[in-house]
Amino acid sequence: MEAASVTADAPRPPRTEAVWELVSKYGLIVLLVTLPVVYAVVDLAQDGNLTRLGNNLVEGFSNGAILALIALGYTLVYGIIELINFAHGEVFMMGALVSAGLWGTFGLTETTGTFGLVLGLLATLILAMIASGTLNTMIERVAYRPLRNAPKLAPLITAVGMSFILQNVGVLWIGASQKSVPDLIRSQKELFNVFGLSVSRGDLLAVVVTIPLVLLLTTFIARSRLGKAMRATAQDPEASRLMGINVDTTISLTFLLGGLLAGAAGLISTLYQTSIWYFQGFSAGLYAFTAAVMGGIGNLRGAVLGALIIGVIQGIVDNRVGNIWTPAFVFGYLILIMVFRPGGLIGEETREAG
Amino acid sequence: MSALRQLRQDRRANAALAAAVVLAVALLPMFRPPLDGFIDDCILALAYVVMALGLNLVVGFAGLLDLGFVAFYAFGALVTGWWASDLYSSVKGEKGIHFGVSDFASSLPGIHLNFLVLVIGAILICAVAGVIIGLPTLRLRGDYIAIVTLAFGEIIGRVAQNGDTLTPFGDNKISNGRQSISPIDQIDLPLLGQFDSATNIRPYYWTALALCLVVLFVNFRLRDSRLGRAWVALREDEVAAASMGVPLVRTKLLAYAAGAAFGGISGAFLGAYLNSVNANQFQFGFSIFILAMVILGGLGSIWGVVIGAVALSFVNSRLIPDVLDKGPVNDFLNSLGLEFSFSSVAFGVFGFLLVLMMVLRPQGLLPERRRQLELTEGVGVGDESVYEARA
Repeated sequence: MEAASVTADAPRPPRTEAVWELVSKYGLIVLLVTLPVVYAVVDLAQDGNLTRLGNNLVEGFSNGAILALIALGYTLVYGIIELINFAHGEVFMMGALVSAGLWGTFGLTETTGTFGLVLGLLATLILAMIASGTLNTMIERVAYRPLRNAPKLAPLITAVGMSFILQNVGVLWIGASQKSVPDLIRSQKELFNVFGLSVSRGDLLAVVVTIPLVLLLTTFIARSRLGKAMRATAQDPEASRLMGINVDTTISLTFLLGGLLAGAAGLISTLYQTSIWYFQGFSAGLYAFTAAVMGGIGNLRGAVLGALIIGVIQGIVDNRVGNIWTPAFVFGYLILIMVFRPGGLIGEETREAG
Repeated sequence: MSALRQLRQDRRANAALAAAVVLAVALLPMFRPPLDGFIDDCILALAYVVMALGLNLVVGFAGLLDLGFVAFYAFGALVTGWWASDLYSSVKGEKGIHFGVSDFASSLPGIHLNFLVLVIGAILICAVAGVIIGLPTLRLRGDYIAIVTLAFGEIIGRVAQNGDTLTPFGDNKISNGRQSISPIDQIDLPLLGQFDSATNIRPYYWTALALCLVVLFVNFRLRDSRLGRAWVALREDEVAAASMGVPLVRTKLLAYAAGAAFGGISGAFLGAYLNSVNANQFQFGFSIFILAMVILGGLGSIWGVVIGAVALSFVNSRLIPDVLDKGPVNDFLNSLGLEFSFSSVAFGVFGFLLVLMMVLRPQGLLPERRRQLELTEGVGVGDESVYEARA
């Protein structure tokens, strides 16, 4: 790739080069703040304050927090076997479906008392995480492991195949239309209000569950023995095997971790959106993958950052431009970010980078 | 075995075999009624072959993973929507613009151009779009290219789906949004006259076959050309290719442009054949569908991709809805007392078949010879035999 940039940059005259340098240095920052700044100006001109934008941002951050949990699963898997796990969005969807199903089993309704609700939701969280984690590990075992030595793109197609199968399971389970579920925590209810910024229960929940999970995951990967094995396998599977690391187990563990997070995301999004749909994993998965790439695939902090950025774009565009244009904006931003930072915002930590 | 191999390497035997196959395929509709479901499926399959061959140039030859190929289908189909329907009924004082179309179409408002003009238009527009999509990916590597192409595909799809709210040129919208643009003019070829898909779809079949053969020929010539070798060199090792003097930027952009042009041809044909341009089809799933054909058939192998495209197209349009849902399989399930409809799991069955076929034949149905050698003998050892095989 060095060669390409050399050939592309070499013939530029010095004057243009200076401009180019300036653009590549500050262009990204300008780009990222354009959307909020434009609407900040609009708000100031129309309302005289920034409340509307602020509320969009709050909504964006909670979207981003849920997305971050899914994006981490993508980035973990990509980091270790360099596979775009297209079935991951569907694992998240199954997490949501399992959560909604468990509420029925536990008899959680809008009238359940606080204590019962907390206990029930905790149990749901754990069970949904386990279900999604197991599912993800099984997918790896069935669809990816047999193709470990196959051409690189073969597992991509089995991933798509698995995602079709899971979507079909979703259809058979809850039907093809969106289904609303009880609004257990009254997620839209305002919790507190600072300078007109209304923070709802759902927003708080998304952040409160996401942050500890992300911290736990990063600590696990940075500190634990298994985390070390994961990092080693990501760097060089062959050498790790020689060092006595069981590569297959490590890869399974990675899928398990990704699935656990997706299950948690499934529960939170069900609480937050109060509806489930067999197709919800598709767009969420696509956005989460975009987030992982935006931050630099294989990079955990990058995935979280990317997810928050996408969440904010979503929050602003959904409310201001209209949600039919949200994907266009999200992907447009992705392309522009890739132009400025070909390795993602933070950079990548995968094999190819070294 | 050696005699068989010799026969396979004999060019004349190959050519004779190819001619026989083409003849058989060309005569196929004569044995079926003029309006036939099977021929209908065949026409779709042929159109998908053209599209898959286009994607194969980008993914198979040049090694640039493209997840947004639907963009070119969209552009190709929209070209027919723009220039062969009454979408722009207000142009030229509601008289319309006409070029080389039948008397009937000449009396309609809107823009109506001959199919050949549409194909050329689709090729040009898609080639330009391909270059535009290729530009931001030049500095990227590996799967970053995939996500940027995916992003473009999604943006184009979105714009087409919400095009009824976009009016960049006066009050002319750029598409009909979620409603399809319909009807599209029937194909009207010089000497052959106007087709009529309501009474006889054979001409469409032959048109698709002709497009297919042209694209196949171009594909083979491209593969063996200087450019084709540059693509393969790029795929195998970008740095090595660059240091051997392969111009990276031009080679990559040409791959995108050529692949896009084929997608556009197929898109224009499908627009005319299906008689409508439905923006709801311009989804990520379509890109994946075509990519699955390429990978399943054998990345970089032209005949493999043809087989993969035909196979998946038939699985999708015939096996699942007609054979599994109506045939003996369903009777068997019913006789067991199971009220089970396969159409409710069509999606899952398709996914299951994808997984199954890929796990059973990870290298593709008919892998490219070069890749096969790499896979079986290891890269270092394989090289010499590659030269022998190619010589």
